[in-house]
Amino acid sequence: MTAKPELSPEKIKEIEEYDRKIFTSDQIVRWCPGCGDYSILAQMQKTMPEICQEQGIPRENVAVVSGIGCSSRFPYYMNTYGFHSIHGRAPTFASGLKISRPELQVWVVTGDGDALSIGGNHLIHALRRNVDLKILLFNNRIYGLTKGQYSPTSEQGKKTKSTPQGSVDYPINPLSLALAAEATFVARTIDADTKHLASILKRAARHKGSAFIEIYQNCNIFNDGAFKSFADKKVRDDRTIVLEHGQPMVFGKEKDKGIRLDGLKPVVVDLANGADESSLLVHDEKTTDPTLANLLARLEEADESTPVPVGVFRALDKPTYDGLLDEQVATAQEQPNAGDMAALLAGGETWTVQ
Amino acid sequence: MVVETQASPLQDGGSGDSDPKVVDKVVIRFAGDSGDGMQITGSFFTHNSALAGNDISTLPDFPAEIRAPAGTLPGVSGFQLNFSSLQIMTPGDTPEVLVAMNPAALKVNLRDLVRGGTIILNSDTFRKNNLKKAGYTEDPRETGDLEGYNVHAVPLTSLTLEAVKDTGISHKLAGRCKNMFALGIMLWMYDRSLEATLGLMTKKFGKMEEVFEANKKALTAGYNYADTVEVFTGRFQVGKAKLVPGTYRMLMGNQAAVLGFVAGAQLAKRPLFYGSYPITPASSILEGLSNFKHFGVKTFQAEDEIAAVGSSIGAAFGGAIGLTGTSGPGVALKAEAIGLAAMTELPLIVINVQRGGPSTGLPTKTEQADLLQAMFGRNGECPVAIVAPQSPADCFTMAIEAIRIATKYMVPVMYLSDGYLANGAEPWSIPEVEDLPGIEVKNATDPEGFLPYQRDPETLARPWAIPGTPGTEHRLGGLEKQENTGNVSYDPENHQKMTLLRAEKVERIAQSIPELEVHGDPDGGDVLVLGWGSTYGSITSAVNRVRDRGGRVSSAHLRHLNPFPANIEEVLGKFKKILIPELNMGQLLFLIRARFCIEAEGLNKVQGQPFQIGEIEQKIEELL
Ligand code: SF4
Repeated sequence: MTAKPELSPEKIKEIEEYDRKIFTSDQIVRWCPGCGDYSILAQMQKTMPEICQEQGIPRENVAVVSGIGCSSRFPYYMNTYGFHSIHGRAPTFASGLKISRPELQVWVVTGDGDALSIGGNHLIHALRRNVDLKILLFNNRIYGLTKGQYSPTSEQGKKTKSTPQGSVDYPINPLSLALAAEATFVARTIDADTKHLASILKRAARHKGSAFIEIYQNCNIFNDGAFKSFADKKVRDDRTIVLEHGQPMVFGKEKDKGIRLDGLKPVVVDLANGADESSLLVHDEKTTDPTLANLLARLEEADESTPVPVGVFRALDKPTYDGLLDEQVATAQEQPNAGDMAALLAGGETWTVQ
Repeated sequence: MVVETQASPLQDGGSGDSDPKVVDKVVIRFAGDSGDGMQITGSFFTHNSALAGNDISTLPDFPAEIRAPAGTLPGVSGFQLNFSSLQIMTPGDTPEVLVAMNPAALKVNLRDLVRGGTIILNSDTFRKNNLKKAGYTEDPRETGDLEGYNVHAVPLTSLTLEAVKDTGISHKLAGRCKNMFALGIMLWMYDRSLEATLGLMTKKFGKMEEVFEANKKALTAGYNYADTVEVFTGRFQVGKAKLVPGTYRMLMGNQAAVLGFVAGAQLAKRPLFYGSYPITPASSILEGLSNFKHFGVKTFQAEDEIAAVGSSIGAAFGGAIGLTGTSGPGVALKAEAIGLAAMTELPLIVINVQRGGPSTGLPTKTEQADLLQAMFGRNGECPVAIVAPQSPADCFTMAIEAIRIATKYMVPVMYLSDGYLANGAEPWSIPEVEDLPGIEVKNATDPEGFLPYQRDPETLARPWAIPGTPGTEHRLGGLEKQENTGNVSYDPENHQKMTLLRAEKVERIAQSIPELEVHGDPDGGDVLVLGWGSTYGSITSAVNRVRDRGGRVSSAHLRHLNPFPANIEEVLGKFKKILIPELNMGQLLFLIRARFCIEAEGLNKVQGQPFQIGEIEQKIEELL
């Protein structure tokens, strides 16, 4: 296996001194003022020093790969190696990069159109292979860069420039898709909830394997307030639930509501009015059985009172594609004829002409 | 030759010691059901011919169906072998000998056989049921269809069963040995050493004792049968060819490409990454490369063609030789990503093992109809380098050349092979490692004044700084780049400048590629036959034949299609007429006319088959 390079004392010191500035490129950020992307970029630039320090990763070993869309301008603003690729294909470039250079930490930045429409196939396969990529999907439920057509996560009936009578498409649920694709790390967070966002970025960075993070991101130009009904600070505590491993599912400003299963249906119970906390669902992100994660991925659809979950839905340890391939290569390179060019050329049945 | 030619004890006695007739060359075709083992029979005979010192060229003909029902026409598999005491460059136009293991094999292949040729058929299979499956209403042996041919009807199956009955092998496996019985007959007919083939058989089947014994018995029984029955009147000998001394091996084009890319990456001292999606006729490159992990090769079977090229570009960004391989339909899907590699100026190599098109077309058949796709098949002004191997073994050389160009100029390279090269095989003189060309690759490592799009003044290549290098962090992408800084730029003047620079960079490749050589009269003449890629063998052979008769014809062959060799215009100007034979409707012809405003004539064939020498020869005669 490609051994993690030993860091020199100077390098360690250099990493210790990383700050937000060192991850900020000299390019002018060109998103619309007020766009949720700013907050995500800020959290990324702020947390990267911590991530690098925690894992001993020098900045030059970080790469950010994106597709096409508003969010995909992201790499230009990070002062790391970056690749702004083509529409929908970011996971492919990132996979090739990570597989050939397992020591790099590779992030993918994508959007709902990029990852779930034109690039759906690549997302599925990167996740099922468990390539060690951190995939950030900025979900704003709209096409921003092309100026406002509905996206695969837009709600049915949405009136946009391309659907003046309302869209007749049914939306896709990104987390259900990621779980079906056997993603080993599945999480969700919100652009405006900066603290939670930062904590999820850190968790994703620590995960070995494909990490899929859906970030609800407000497009204030073409789909303003798409997540307001639960993401707004005033209602957030009552309309969202923060998943915590091993903890009963409690939410609400006063921590007075809980989630219990009624048969297969999740229901909200009122803890203040006598509901028993021991009857609540307990979160388990480590279970290999996908049932709980699948149920949580659609929790808000159960009825009007069920909240939108944020946090880590699933985090499993599983060997990565890049790691397994690297092991095969390392084993093969122990063969006595490894790298022997003369043997390469002269293989097979030969004969001599004199 | 060091090959032992000591007589086999089995050769003693019988009618076999009558003097064999010496001939220059023979073309044999083995044909049978997919399950009849025709490929292995052919490769055994090939091996024997190699040891006998012949020059060889072979071409298998695989059925389009994986396992069509036994005995049917779509299930017929063939293997053609041309062996000669002279230098040969093609598997031969028309076979002189056909071994047909069943009526379907006879039906499919009879039309190709030379008039008066020899047919050895397995008479045990000429039963009602098989005849019907082959679409014969009557037995062709009785209808006069085979009149004028030298037909040997041999009950191959029953003779084989009889020969192997003591080996204890199952009836089913015993029946499968009939191909070796047929091979035995052929070895006798061409006065060949039985030992040589038994030696190879030991290597192949030696570990499976029963199978080996049975095959050995069938082979020797076939040989003795031919020796004894006195019906095989003609016995022939094909002498040693004058080959350049050295150690040889047979190489198929795709296999040669595999070795070439592995070797090229070693010469460049960079890891090889191969992203690919299975597709005929390129899949054997993916399979082949997956066996070279001991050379650090990483293969990635992607979810689709786009992912295959994307992963290769990602690997190239990471410092590897980014290689992807496919056939025409796959290249169509990769087009946008190839444009990205051109814009980001990364060393990407795209193998296109061309097949009949458009659309799914003829997956198992050969064609050269993707030249203009390679040239123009992307949005925007997007020139890339194009190379094309000219023979199966040349697939090795051009693979190394593709890596050299891609890394020296930081440019995508299209590598145009085709179905004929992929599966065709010829002897390859194994080079010494130190005789291979060196490939010097530099990565930018100095952060001082580093600019990702600052060009090398000679090659116009931009620096290749790879992730993991401190201080040279930069961002690439498909948006237009500002000269030098590589920042996104919408500046009109800059776009024009960068477009010209990308084109100029590709043109400058001509400075480091060999000049176009004329075979024949370098100072000019009546007709120049200009070719590219896999038609080399048939064109050169045709030109040689006409020249032997005194015709003033020459040939020149392009292995670099973009840019062309620097002297091409000069060469073309020396000839009165230019003939361009292609397995397409005139794509090189189009480029030559457009580029040099000269008149040239095409010879165009799109039948899924390579040119026959005779077809080109005839056309040359018309022009002379
Ligand atoms: S269009 Fe929407 S998503 Fe795009 S930058 Fe503007 S606000 Fe952000």
